[in-house]
Amino acid sequence: MAAQNLKHALFCAVITLIISYPILGFNLEAEGINIILNGAETSTIVMVFLAAVVVFLFQLFRENIMATLKSIPTPLPQANKEPMAENKRARIESWVLTAIVVLALFWPFFVSRGSVDLATLVLIYIMLALGLNVVVGLAGLLDLGYVAFYAVGAYTFALLSEYFGISFWMSLPLGALLAALFGLVLGFPVLRLRGDYLAIVTLGFGEIIRILLNNWTSLTGGPNGIGGIPEPTLFGMEFGRRVKEEGNTSFHETFGIAYSGEDKVIFLYLISLVLAVFTALVIRRFMRMPVGRAWEALREDEIAARSLGLNRTAVKLTAFTIGAFFAGFAGTVFASKQGFISPESFVFLESAIILAIVVLGGMGSQLGVILAAIAVTILPELAREFSEYRMLIFGAAMVLMMVWRPQGLMPMRRIHIELKKQE
Amino acid sequence: MLEVQNLSMRFGGLLAVDQVSLDVQEHEIVSIIGPNGAGKTTVFNCMSGFYKPTGGKILFEGGEVQGKPDHKISRLGMVRTFQHVRLFSQMTVVENLLVAQHRHLNTNLIAGLLKTPDYRKREQKSLDRAAYWLERVGLLDLANREAGNLAYGQQRRLEIARCMVTEPKLLMLDEPAAGLNPAETKELNRLIVSLKEDYNVSVVLIEHDMSLVMDISDRINVINQGRPLACGTPDEIRQNDDVIKAYLGEA
Repeated sequence: MAAQNLKHALFCAVITLIISYPILGFNLEAEGINIILNGAETSTIVMVFLAAVVVFLFQLFRENIMATLKSIPTPLPQANKEPMAENKRARIESWVLTAIVVLALFWPFFVSRGSVDLATLVLIYIMLALGLNVVVGLAGLLDLGYVAFYAVGAYTFALLSEYFGISFWMSLPLGALLAALFGLVLGFPVLRLRGDYLAIVTLGFGEIIRILLNNWTSLTGGPNGIGGIPEPTLFGMEFGRRVKEEGNTSFHETFGIAYSGEDKVIFLYLISLVLAVFTALVIRRFMRMPVGRAWEALREDEIAARSLGLNRTAVKLTAFTIGAFFAGFAGTVFASKQGFISPESFVFLESAIILAIVVLGGMGSQLGVILAAIAVTILPELAREFSEYRMLIFGAAMVLMMVWRPQGLMPMRRIHIELKKQE
Repeated sequence: MLEVQNLSMRFGGLLAVDQVSLDVQEHEIVSIIGPNGAGKTTVFNCMSGFYKPTGGKILFEGGEVQGKPDHKISRLGMVRTFQHVRLFSQMTVVENLLVAQHRHLNTNLIAGLLKTPDYRKREQKSLDRAAYWLERVGLLDLANREAGNLAYGQQRRLEIARCMVTEPKLLMLDEPAAGLNPAETKELNRLIVSLKEDYNVSVVLIEHDMSLVMDISDRINVINQGRPLACGTPDEIRQNDDVIKAYLGEA
C-alpha cells in the first residue's frame, strides 16, 4: 500500500515538473533579430520545484488528508428542508429574472464605456448560445458550423448597407431571415445524418462559408473585410457627432444635450439587451409548444418519435432554421457594433466557444446557458493580466466542470404541468 | 381492415420473412407467435414502415401502405409499441403523451407564439386526453415524473397509453408482457381486452406468454423461420401438430 502510494506520488510529482518546467522555467527573449532562450529567475524555478514537492506530499498522504477533511462536519442548511413548491419556485424565478432585466436596463448609465461594450458582446454571445441551445441542447443535433449563420447575418447587413445603403433596422430581420434560409437549405440534405457525421458536415459548411467570404474579393472585400458599417439609428436620429446621411438628425442636437461618445455605446447595448430578451422569451415559448416537445422527443428516441407520427425531417429542420435565425440576429448586431467585419471573426474557434457555452451551461437549460455565456465572455477579460495563461485557465475550468458538474452549471429542469382530474 | 399479402423481406442473402400473409378484421385481436428469430418483429417493422418490404402487399383500410414513410403510416391510425420500451425517458410522463398527440395539435409556430384561441383549445384538449389515459392506466399521480424513473411495468403501461392518445384504429403490440410479473400480465390482459371492447381498436399482438395469447386472441398466426406455419383460432393452434413440434413443445 505504502509502496504503491510512494510510486504514485513520485509519478505525479514528475508529471508536475514535466508540465510546468518548460512553460514557466524558460523565457524567450529577443536580442536584436535573434531570439534567445534564457532560464527563468531562480525564484520561479524554486516555486516550480516547491509545487512538485507539494503535489508529491499531497499524493503520498492523500488518504489521510481526505479522511481529515471528511471528518470536519460541513453544515448543510438545506439538508432537511423541503423542496419549494413548484408554482412558488416558478413565481420567485420570474420575479428575479424581471428584476435582473430591469437592473440591466439602467446599469450602463453608471459604469464605464468599456464595461458597456463588453456587456454588449456578452449579450451577443447570449443570443448565439440560446440559438445553438435549440439545435444542440433541445434537438440533440451536434452543429459545429454554427458560426456560419452568424457570419451570414453579419455579412448580410454589411453588404446591404455597403451596396444599397439599407439601414440597421431593415437589415435586422433580413439578416436573420437570410441566415434562417441558409439553415433550411443546409439542413435539408444534412439532417439524415446523425451524431459524428452531422458534426463533420456542419463543420465543413462553417469553413466553406468562411472561405467563400475570404475569396470572393470582388463582393466581400476578401480578407480586407468590410468597413464603415453604420450604427443603428433611433427613429432617424444618428448617434455620431455629425449626421452622415441625408434626412437624419443627430441625437444630441435633437435633445439639446452635449455630444457624448458613450450615448452610442449605451444605445447599442440597449438594443442588444432587448434582442437578447426577445430571443430568450421566444425560444422559451417554443420549448413549451408542440414543436419544442417534438425536438426533445426526437433527441430522446428518434424511432419512437417517428412511430408516433412525427415527421423527422420537418422537426429537425425547424430546429436548425430557428437556431440559424437567431444567429443571424446576433450577426447583424455584431456587425453594427464592430463597424467592421472580416472573415477573421468567423473562424471555427467561435463555433467551439459557443458550443462550450451551451455545454457548460447545461444542455437545454436557458438560464444555465445565459450564465455560462456571461462567464465565458467575461472571465477572459478579467484574467487579462494572466493573458499568457488564459487558454490554460479556460481549459482547466472546462476539465473541472466536466469532473464536478458534467450536467452543466444549471441542468435543464422539466416544467410541471397540472392536469385536471377526468370524470 | 388490415391485409398483408405474401409479404417478403430480404436482407442481402437472408430471407427473413417469406410469403407471410395475415389479415385483421375490425374489432379483433390477432396474435403472431413463433420461435425467437422467426421474423415476427420484422413483419411488424414492415407493417409500421420502418422497413420497405422486398415483396408483397400491405393494405390498410383498402389502401396500399407498404413502403410509405413510418410517420405517414402512423398518422393513418396504425401505431406500434416496441419490444424494448422506447419512452422519451428524460421527458415527463405527461410530455410523453403530449408528444404523441403532435398531429392533433396546432403546430403553427406563429399561432403558438401568440397563443391563439384555436391553439389553446387544442392544447387543453390534448391535456385532457392525456389525463384521461393516465387515469385509465393508473399513472395519473406520476404525471410529472420523468418517464425514465418509472418502474418497468409502469413504463409498459405508459407506452400503451402513449399509443392510445394518438387515437389509433389498429394497435401493434410487440411483446407487451415481456418482463412483467404474473399479476402485471393479468392486468395487461384486461387492459388489452378493454381496448378492443371499449375503444373499438383492433390489436395485432406478438407475444411469447402463451396463457396471455391463448386467452385473448381471436385468431393466431404462427410463423417459423420466416414462413407461415399455421393460422387459426387458439383451439385449432393448440391442436396443430406442426405448431406443437416447432414451437409449443409437447406437454
